[in-house]
Amino acid sequence: MIQLSNLTKKYGKLEVLKSLNLKIESGKVTAIVGPNGAGKTTIIKCILGLIKSNSGEIFIQDERINGDCEYRENIGYMAQVARFPENLTVRNVLEMITDLRKEKHPERDEELIERFHLTTEFGKKIKNLSGGNRQKVNACIAFLFDPDILILDEPTASLDPVASSILKDKIKKEKLAGKTIILTSHIMAEVEELADDIIFLLEGSIYYEGSTQGLISGTGEQKLERAIARMMEGAGV
Amino acid sequence: MRRNMIKILKYEFQDIARSKWLIFYTMFFFLLTEGLFRLGGGATKTTMSMMNVVIIVVPLFCIILGTMYLYNSREFIQLLLTQPIKRNSLFWGIYLGLSIPLVISFVLGMGLPYILHDINSGEGLNSFLVLLGSGILLTFIFVAVSYLIAILFDDRIRGLATVIGLWLFFAVIYDGIILFVIYMFGDYPLEKPIIGLTIFNPIDLARILLLLKFDISALMGYTGAVFEKFFGSGMGMAMSLGALGLWIIIPLIIALRKFGKKDF
Repeated sequence: MIQLSNLTKKYGKLEVLKSLNLKIESGKVTAIVGPNGAGKTTIIKCILGLIKSNSGEIFIQDERINGDCEYRENIGYMAQVARFPENLTVRNVLEMITDLRKEKHPERDEELIERFHLTTEFGKKIKNLSGGNRQKVNACIAFLFDPDILILDEPTASLDPVASSILKDKIKKEKLAGKTIILTSHIMAEVEELADDIIFLLEGSIYYEGSTQGLISGTGEQKLERAIARMMEGAGV
Repeated sequence: MRRNMIKILKYEFQDIARSKWLIFYTMFFFLLTEGLFRLGGGATKTTMSMMNVVIIVVPLFCIILGTMYLYNSREFIQLLLTQPIKRNSLFWGIYLGLSIPLVISFVLGMGLPYILHDINSGEGLNSFLVLLGSGILLTFIFVAVSYLIAILFDDRIRGLATVIGLWLFFAVIYDGIILFVIYMFGDYPLEKPIIGLTIFNPIDLARILLLLKFDISALMGYTGAVFEKFFGSGMGMAMSLGALGLWIIIPLIIALRKFGKKDF
């Protein structure tokens, strides 16, 4: 379980996260949704330690994060944009990340590499790789060390439908294996398909937190997209 | 911590070593040095001509390449920071991972012609080694400064403008200021203030180091003459070496602190 308590982040005067309290449960897929600039990526980056919050605390499996790096052994992260050193090959990049993590996780989960047929690209330099293939490498890295927590920032944004389905299958499989999965997405059909819980953010505060089904039935709509639109109208957005 | 640093250094080294810029940099020094040899200059003459090239080109190339490299690596640095490694290890890995290939490239480019022309003893070799040392120090300094600027400014246009401005300042404008001071306050004893001013410019420091070595300080510039007169050659060289060392350490310490606190 991941817990945020009174998490606040400011950039100058702009308050991006406003004293946020949040629980993300294990064994579930939790989607963070909201309009652009609502603070979705900021939350994710705070959990990962990429952004330092101004105040508040973050607990992962009841342990408080305090600037150490060891807790990230259990996290796999897929960023929105994938960029790697241009002159390295795909193989080099995977080796590098493996080098950094193999002590704790000698076994690699290569399911995605195989299903994406990425081995044929192994000898290519990153600069000669298409955007979609880079994103596949990015996805493989997130799942490579069988982490307990998976954080996926718009995972399917630049993937073709085939790759996107493969990735979604993998997400479902890991959920059944008891992993904690956090994802952000603007594709509501995808959120509806994958997410058990939804956190709806508006201007740095939580507007809705609960099950996906609860949100849909609460607004009396059929589809999540309509339900979210209805909720945003209600909030005056 | 050190193990992770070396892993990062290793892969960045592979990346940089395949970069066409590095090949260009090596070739530039090789062709120019070799050309000067062939134009009939002996080792000492070549070294003296190369001196002016080294103290201008090395800082310019290192400061621009360092800034660009850090801006281009931003997403990758993010990805590495989500791995279980400390920010300090990552910082040292990416600093040495760029500085060391640049040093090797410079040493190869400059050094090969000296080996080809069989310069292996005497004053020719000594001056060359001092020039090589200055170039190496300037590389470490200007990569450190470029990383500091790229960490301080998120906007790459501002960052690049700042480093180019800094280079212009150190390489060109600074001497103008010193001349202006000398012109304005010519009636006062200026030796100490000028020495003080020189310490704030790494390019001047490297120049002094070389001038003292070549023993032509009186011919080439006021600050060199002052250094020689004030400290004598040995002491002057030790002073400028020490100051150059500080120019590596201080920007690195500030950059490391900022890197530790930065939001990515």
